[in-house]
Amino acid sequence: MSLDITIHLIDRKGISHKLIAPTDIQMNLMEICKSYELPVEGTCGGMAMCASCQCYIESDHILTERSDEEDAMLSEAFHVKKNSRLGCQIQIRSEIDGLKVRLAPDK
Amino acid sequence: MIKTDILIIGAGPTGLFTVFEAGLLKLKCHLIDSLPMPGGQCSEIYPKKPIYDIPSHPEILAGDLIKKLEKQIEPFQPKYTLGESAVSIEKTKDDHFIVTTDLGTRHMAPVVAIAGGLGSFEPRKPPLDRLTHFEDKGVNYIIKNPELYKNKKIVIAGGGDSALDWTIFLEGIGAFVTLIHRRIEFRGALDSVDKVQKLKNKGRIQLITPAEVISLKGEDKLSSIVIEHDGNQFSIECSYFIPLFGLTPKLGPIANWGLEIDKNAIKVDNTLDYQTNIPGIYAIGDVNTYPGKLKLILCGFHEATLMCQSAFKRIYPDKRNVLKYTTVSGVNGFDGSKKEAAKSIIKSID
Ligand SMILES: Cc1cc2nc3c(=O)[nH]c(=O)nc-3n(C[C@H](O)[C@H](O)[C@H](O)COP(=O)(O)OP(=O)(O)OC[C@H]3O[C@@H](n4cnc5c(N)ncnc54)[C@H](O)[C@@H]3O)c2cc1C
Ligand code: FES
Repeated sequence: MSLDITIHLIDRKGISHKLIAPTDIQMNLMEICKSYELPVEGTCGGMAMCASCQCYIESDHILTERSDEEDAMLSEAFHVKKNSRLGCQIQIRSEIDGLKVRLAPDK
Repeated sequence: MIKTDILIIGAGPTGLFTVFEAGLLKLKCHLIDSLPMPGGQCSEIYPKKPIYDIPSHPEILAGDLIKKLEKQIEPFQPKYTLGESAVSIEKTKDDHFIVTTDLGTRHMAPVVAIAGGLGSFEPRKPPLDRLTHFEDKGVNYIIKNPELYKNKKIVIAGGGDSALDWTIFLEGIGAFVTLIHRRIEFRGALDSVDKVQKLKNKGRIQLITPAEVISLKGEDKLSSIVIEHDGNQFSIECSYFIPLFGLTPKLGPIANWGLEIDKNAIKVDNTLDYQTNIPGIYAIGDVNTYPGKLKLILCGFHEATLMCQSAFKRIYPDKRNVLKYTTVSGVNGFDGSKKEAAKSIIKSID
């Protein structure tokens, strides 16, 4: 069985990217974006403290619930929608294979 | 005009350690930082978090690392311009640089070391129409002069420590504060949350949650804001609106200094001395980029060390210099202090 999954990401210019992400090295979605040199700053290093990794989930995958920290950060972020999540809080797991996400605006 | 040998832009761990390495070479340093305190990301983003990869510190809190660095560089009497951002640079006829801050403070040095990390920390601004129009006309992101708010109606938006702390402080000096946050939960020190709860219970402040500011009204100056609360929109009269949504680092004006930039970082010559494309301007720590670059504190320390050797040669082209071990030559502070290893005892045995 392959340990890689595929994530479909739409960047802030509307361009689609197919990201191949490994499930076996404890990466999260923010880190995958950075490894593909997509414009995701990840300023707080993934501590749910900056919202620079905010994205919108556009497929109906069931994700782990938001933690209190993530909720708190999203309540202070901008352009937040019902389907907003922090990329750094989404672990790359086989369950999210095929996930569709869009990067939230950064301004 | 402030004059020094090495002008360091950014007082994060890299900038601070530069003072030490420069001091060993008898070069004086002055640091500029837009934050009100030294420490860069370590102080602003994660002072209470542990770091595990500082050589010889199995574990150290980021805030403690900064305190120790400040202690280590004390003998070399660094000077600071804090709470100001370096915005422009010019070159003098005799090959010195003049760096000016947003508040107009001027600094001159033969060498500039940019240790600006991810950039200078600036307030995160909510995406509201006409927000910039009202800046300094009712909209403030930083509270510089609290007296301004006495007996005034002000609206603070945000859900973290600074929103809570400023609510408490400004109420205390006689401002009429309305605090607005998108949720009913706040993320802050327990003590501050309790204090705000008490102020609300006593009717000393107005707390509106969950609510969001959606527009700003006024002609030349801000006169009211419109908020959405429970599906209703209504406006609140106020002279000031203070959005407190934290700080975010921006490379800012440095990007226009004629330096080669790649992916928001300054390109440097890593095979030699971390000099940029402009001789005399170096870039060290998180702010630079070169093949294989890693944004780590220990890499910043290494870069600062090599850079200082090169800066010495630029300042004193005719002086010879050899690397000295601190164990052997000690640390001779500019304050007259001297640290040195105890001499070995030589005594005869009869
Ligand atoms: C959550 C988190 C965890 C981390 N954990 C680790 C770890 O475990 N180990 C590790 O090695 N690293 C870690 N890092 C990275 C580490 O913090 C950085 O590598 C380090 O802070 C870089 O230091 P610096 O001095 O180069 O820049 P910074 O710390 O970014 O400091 C730069 C300073 O320059 C100032 N500045 C920039 N431009 C201007 C200007 N124009 N005018 C005035 N001031 C300006 C900024 O305000 C800032 O204070 C972590 C980072 C984060 C966010
Ligand atoms: S990287 Fe900062 S919140 Fe995700």
